[in-house]
Amino acid sequence: MKVSIKVNGQNYTRDIEERTLLVHFLREQAGLTGTHIGCETSLCGACTVLLNGNAVKSCTVLAASADGTEVTTVEGLAKGNELHPIQEGFWEKHGLQCGFCTPGFLMATVQLLERNPNPTEDEIRHGLEGNYCRCTGYHNIVKAVQFAAAKMRGEAIAAD
Amino acid sequence: MGEKFFGKPIKRKEDPRFITGAGNYVDDITLQRQSYVAMVRSPHAHATIKSINVDKAKAHPGVIDVILGQEMLDAGIGSIPVGWLLDGLKTPPHYAITVDKARHQGEIVAAVIAEDSYTAEDAADLVEVVYDVHSAVANPAKALEGGAPQVHSDAPGNVTFNWQIGDKAATDAAFASAAKTVKLDLRNNRLIPNAIEPRASLADYNRGTQEYTLYTTSQNPHVHRLIIAAFVMGIPENKLRVISPDVGGGFGSKIFQYPEEIIVLYASKKHKRPVKWNAKRSESFLTDSHGRDHVTTAELAVDANANITGLRVKTAANMGAYLTLFAPAVPTYLYGTLLAGTYRTPNIHCEVTGVFTHTTPVDAYRGAGRPEATYLLERIVSYMAQELKMDPAEFRKKNFIGPDQFPYQTPVALAYDSGNYVPALEKALAMANYTKLRADQAEGRKNGRYIGIGFSTYLEACGLAPSAVVGSLGAQAGQWESSLVRVAPTGKVEVFTGSHSHGQGHETAFAQIVADRLGVTMEDVEIVHGDTAKMPYGWGTYGSRSGPVGTSAIVKAVEKVVNKGQKIAAHLLEAREEDLEFLEGKYQVKGSPDKAVSFGDIALQAHLAHNYPADLEPGLEASAFYDPANFVYPFGTHIAVVEVFPDTGKVEILRYIAVDDCGPQINPLIVQGQVHGGIAQGAAQALFENALYDDNAQLLSSSFMEYALPRADSLPSFEIDHTITPSPHNPLGVKGIGEAGCIASTAAVANAVNDALEPFGIRHLDMPLSPPRIWKAIQDAVPAQAAD
Repeated sequence: MKVSIKVNGQNYTRDIEERTLLVHFLREQAGLTGTHIGCETSLCGACTVLLNGNAVKSCTVLAASADGTEVTTVEGLAKGNELHPIQEGFWEKHGLQCGFCTPGFLMATVQLLERNPNPTEDEIRHGLEGNYCRCTGYHNIVKAVQFAAAKMRGEAIAAD
Repeated sequence: MGEKFFGKPIKRKEDPRFITGAGNYVDDITLQRQSYVAMVRSPHAHATIKSINVDKAKAHPGVIDVILGQEMLDAGIGSIPVGWLLDGLKTPPHYAITVDKARHQGEIVAAVIAEDSYTAEDAADLVEVVYDVHSAVANPAKALEGGAPQVHSDAPGNVTFNWQIGDKAATDAAFASAAKTVKLDLRNNRLIPNAIEPRASLADYNRGTQEYTLYTTSQNPHVHRLIIAAFVMGIPENKLRVISPDVGGGFGSKIFQYPEEIIVLYASKKHKRPVKWNAKRSESFLTDSHGRDHVTTAELAVDANANITGLRVKTAANMGAYLTLFAPAVPTYLYGTLLAGTYRTPNIHCEVTGVFTHTTPVDAYRGAGRPEATYLLERIVSYMAQELKMDPAEFRKKNFIGPDQFPYQTPVALAYDSGNYVPALEKALAMANYTKLRADQAEGRKNGRYIGIGFSTYLEACGLAPSAVVGSLGAQAGQWESSLVRVAPTGKVEVFTGSHSHGQGHETAFAQIVADRLGVTMEDVEIVHGDTAKMPYGWGTYGSRSGPVGTSAIVKAVEKVVNKGQKIAAHLLEAREEDLEFLEGKYQVKGSPDKAVSFGDIALQAHLAHNYPADLEPGLEASAFYDPANFVYPFGTHIAVVEVFPDTGKVEILRYIAVDDCGPQINPLIVQGQVHGGIAQGAAQALFENALYDDNAQLLSSSFMEYALPRADSLPSFEIDHTITPSPHNPLGVKGIGEAGCIASTAAVANAVNDALEPFGIRHLDMPLSPPRIWKAIQDAVPAQAAD
């Protein structure tokens, strides 16, 4: 079947098998391998992308059902060379180690901060409970999100 | 040498690619004419394969081939070998595709190659296997009982080895004369590594050069090449190139050579096209080597003054259905040797039986043997303190090896070269505000709040390790590390390292060391790893060895480059070599900074060789191989503060305090990250994670639905600090920190929960300390408390 999805502002129209998963469409048809597959069961969150602005786990969305939608992946987060504040936060605060879960965390954080621009530590931890990280123990991910939230609110960033 | 970068919390060089989705993991690599393989796996833990019918699968459109075990055996593909041998070790063959029997759930019985991954999966379902199913055994203690189902006919009683360390007679005597002894039965729960990147392998055979390239998720690409080429496939080692690009976490599970890697290589040659395999998470659960899984009886003895006089340990270690690369070393030399911990225990005896069961192979998982030893020791030390009605911190302090006792020879082989345990303990107690904590705990108990405080004053031995030593203990490998430092004509530096980074930040930390020593910028230094065609032979990254061993090789190679540069500088400056010094990127005549030549100029001259010393080779590069003189011995104090909610049995970690000593820190940001992640993994063993098999050896916890990996809301933020006691035997004085958090935290959390349960008269609960287990224990104990 023919499916047309706008990914990071660019249209991708492809002939695909009906059962193609969105994550496979993104990785194999659009060549955007920043979105990772960690569990194929929507439990680990590594494949999180924004679908019409909502964070979804693209391993359990059919590409067919995303026909006509707009998808943002990690590749679409920065504006040219200018990193998104969330990307900056993860870099500044060492919020990643192996980097595999990172794209999913970044995209989940976009939604978290849209809904709650000034989250408490508890709210951050609950807000990101749909994503697994095996490396960081989440400590620095919390700090990264706090950094990003402050920056997005236009506040000066306090040094450690 | 100026230290502009060493010791600074520098943001990681590798991060920009990871935060922009530009990482390059195995599954991100696509080759022309790439085909895919899906595995047919045994659903049974123990079954004889009576027949396999592949006709329907082969007839399925898009299917290229279906490969069975016998075909690979006939083609001369051998068993995957064990890399660490013990006396009398039973090593039954372990084929990539089994030919006769399945010995654990998930063992491969056929491989289906197809044009795309969906088709391969479809066709795998069409392979018809008839099994004769037998009874199976998963628990190591049960596997040792008479009449237990046998895993291998050539390993009677399911025993793969019997091993011991320490002086049995002296230890028995210490127990006979002890003022007090305690005994604990401990179950060290089995864990599943669950790196977030599932394993993946892509093989590409070039029929022109007859060369194989294997892209695979490996922590040690050269080890993969050696084992697979020389011992499994019988191909010349220089005809196999192993590339391990960005790797999404290892934790030990990506050290080993797995069946899937052999299958893609074999299939790629057979069909003259690339073959790719990606693990689904369900396959990760069933086939990544698991960790821990001990059944142990431990006893501790003290004299009348509360001095520890003896430790006696008997362990049945579950090895799973086959022995993988390091497996025999984990519950022996990485376990029994650590049982002295930070204490002056004069008599220790430890006996271990390695047991085959119908389960996934068990091998090194973050800490590998050392977390098992530390949990046992720190748990029984707290248990004894409770028995003696002594404060657990006081009891520990009283028994610490003193700072004046180093080097310290333990009764279990290791010789600690340095350590200073009291300052770390004192610092942690101060951070915790310990006196007030105990007061709060007592107050809480009056009001029905059950707070627990748990200690782990751990030590670990890492930085594997002197090659001759590990060789004498059974390792079929060296444990040195390599480096090649290559300076380009423009002064840019490439550092090829035998270490492999899969989250540890080597590209940053290693560059800090090199940039300081060459007086160049961080951007001038590129750390290259993960490709056997580029790097010198290296043993890879595990056992917290890249900090102490990997960097030492780099320091040595950089020194050689600096020394060669000095010869060129002497020629250019018309000075004597010994009159020069190398400072901040310049060779200058001592005392005459105006008579100087920059490192960049030297790099250019080394390549032009126009105005050049007659007796010197052109070029500017050097390699070094560093074999450590000893292990390194990081240590520290971790304190967990938990609250147990008796109505639900739930545990909440209220605070977690850690003071670790890994010597000088190359990059504190990275060190802290390693500590955080380690604490989380260790605490998760205490509270959440448990690989659970049923009586048919079916893995019940086989997905993220049943296996409780900690999530962001499962844990608190951690309060961490450090002390610095340098290692005396490596050039930077550094000690490994990759596993310390994980080694320490399990016991700290378990001790805290058991401490919280004291008012209920509960003395010990096994891990994981899950709500049902705690709730039931409280219910069982409540009648005894009813009179209160």
